[in-house]
Amino acid sequence: MTKAARRKRGGAGQLLIPLIAIALLVIFNLIRDPSFFSIEIKTNNTGNTVLAGNLVSIINGASELAILAMGMTLVTAACGGQDISVGAAAAIAGSVFVRIIRGAAPVTGGTVILAFLACCLVAMLFGAFNGMLVAIFRIQPMIATLILYTCGRSIAYWINGGATPTIDTPITGAIGSFIPGIPVPTPVLIVALMALLFTLAFRFTTLGLYTQAVGINQSSARLNGINTTMIKLLSFVILGVCVSVSGSIGVCRLGLINHETLLIDIEMDTILAVAIGGNNLGGGKFKISGSILGAYVIQMLTITLYAMKVSSTDVKAYKAVVIILLVVIGSPVVKRWFARMTGNLRSGRLARTAAKEGV
Amino acid sequence: MERRREPFTDTQLLMTITIGIFIAMYAAAMIFLRGGFLRTQQIFDLLNDNAPLIIVACGLTVVMIGGGIDISVGGVTSLVVMSCVLYLNGNGSGPVSLLLALGIGLAFGTLHGLLVSYLEIQPFIVTLAGMFFARGMTTILSVNPQKLTHEGLNALRSVKIEIPWLGYVAKNGNLIPGRIELGVVVALLCVIAVFLLLRFTRLGRNFYALGGNQQSALMLGINVKRTRFMTYLISGLLSGIAGYVFMMHTGAGNATNAAGAEMNAIASSIIGGTLLTGGVGNVIGTFFGTLTLTTIKKIVVTSGLKDPWWQSITTGAMLLFFIVLQSVVLSQRGKRKAR
Repeated sequence: MTKAARRKRGGAGQLLIPLIAIALLVIFNLIRDPSFFSIEIKTNNTGNTVLAGNLVSIINGASELAILAMGMTLVTAACGGQDISVGAAAAIAGSVFVRIIRGAAPVTGGTVILAFLACCLVAMLFGAFNGMLVAIFRIQPMIATLILYTCGRSIAYWINGGATPTIDTPITGAIGSFIPGIPVPTPVLIVALMALLFTLAFRFTTLGLYTQAVGINQSSARLNGINTTMIKLLSFVILGVCVSVSGSIGVCRLGLINHETLLIDIEMDTILAVAIGGNNLGGGKFKISGSILGAYVIQMLTITLYAMKVSSTDVKAYKAVVIILLVVIGSPVVKRWFARMTGNLRSGRLARTAAKEGV
Repeated sequence: MERRREPFTDTQLLMTITIGIFIAMYAAAMIFLRGGFLRTQQIFDLLNDNAPLIIVACGLTVVMIGGGIDISVGGVTSLVVMSCVLYLNGNGSGPVSLLLALGIGLAFGTLHGLLVSYLEIQPFIVTLAGMFFARGMTTILSVNPQKLTHEGLNALRSVKIEIPWLGYVAKNGNLIPGRIELGVVVALLCVIAVFLLLRFTRLGRNFYALGGNQQSALMLGINVKRTRFMTYLISGLLSGIAGYVFMMHTGAGNATNAAGAEMNAIASSIIGGTLLTGGVGNVIGTFFGTLTLTTIKKIVVTSGLKDPWWQSITTGAMLLFFIVLQSVVLSQRGKRKAR
């Protein structure tokens, strides 16, 4: 086997856990209720022809999580730690978005773009703040982002003066649900766009390679001429962009901003998505596609539990059991055990073929 | 060759800074805010309200010294409160409820320890799942708040240690003695026990060795897996105790009990000088860290900024201050050592 092929195999192995999880969930649902995956074409109350069904709501509902997971993967890879302030930062970004939309009398496409750019800038600034603490002051990412986690939602409260204002415009409505004439939910299209941007960035820049190098060994990366501070800072700023996109989607989906409940607890789910995607939370090698799959696993699990009439407050307990099972399957010890088992088989086969050839 | 002894270790330096800032802050509050801060009951109230947090933070300090993290502590606390209240309301006996609390805590600790140290799964994910499970189980047990109706326990709840010479004279001329709840005694005992464990036992020293450098700990012949397992076991046990103390304080089970306790406990440990990277930390610092964190909230409320967001913003600002201070102090010392 050539080196490249082996490396490719290793990469696919990382996606094994989320793929197995998705397969198990699909089989489970097919046995439980085959109509779970039925997709209907409906006309919604704004008169659009749209796709509906559990599958659509899984893919649609995981959008914010998937976008955050992309940025989080980069931060995890570069800094060997996680940002726990994404939910709070998304609340800030969403508040800025709403404030600007409400400030404009006629809401046009331009206003929405302006609002998005503004909230993107704010989220990037907060990302840079976190990044500065991590990269320059060398503080553990989780501790550094604990600051924004603590006070972020209160800052969001300030921006709109404590109220929970609504936005009710056709454009933001379309961003949150469907664009007239397109049957696919808009958030899904945004996820696809973000994934494309990340793919292009990795293909045409050294971002991916450098991030990986910094994560694996910071001092050797520095000695090889990589500006490690810059890479870490950049990963947080990119996460800031992801936060602003998710925050805006979340606001458009609900049509209002509630600083206390917008994307609540999403930081935990995001980190989980990164881990289920087979990425090492200690940094280094990473695969963004794994994290995206991880996000869909989490959402699929949640929707399955809802379909089984589990109340929304109890979902956490069941989710925890499945997560533990998944990480146990993916744990290094179990993996080594598997490798030994398959290794025995392979060496046995080799010995047999060798004996047959009379060597 | 004679080597001059370092005047302070990292742990002691960070702890001294915290204690100094706490005293300065409290003195400032006494001078500028007066009122309640001039009474010793203010300190007693702080302790009464935050005894569970102190206990939980002790456990977290142990885990953090060992180089891990346990974010399930708040969830376990709330699960313990809810199950004990439900058990006691169903005519359960007091001692058995205590065993139930310790059992739940130890069960979580054991599971976390096994998964983290023997299956080598990342502690954040394991304890995150633990938190989800505990919070979910709490709501499965009861979504609605449950009031404790057990007579014996309610009688025990009202027992308060009264210290007349630390009391104050009320407006009508009556002497009101200083009141401390039993939970505070438990919390202080936990702090002392963990302090002794960390300072004078082999296991405690092993925690520092493990957190400082896992490879060298292994080379020194320390059973790394068992040591790491023990950190999570201690944290789980302390969460169980904290749950019982929480129940004794509030007398009701609620799904939102101890919400955010894990982050408050982590913040307390950090303010007290424990580093998340492991190997550095002190439980006395954690105790003062908890007091600092809760005092600043009290100061914000007392100084007229009653809106809830002020508390979290000042807490955030204070965290920023402490974290940056620690980073700067440690890097300065690192430079001096290198020279």
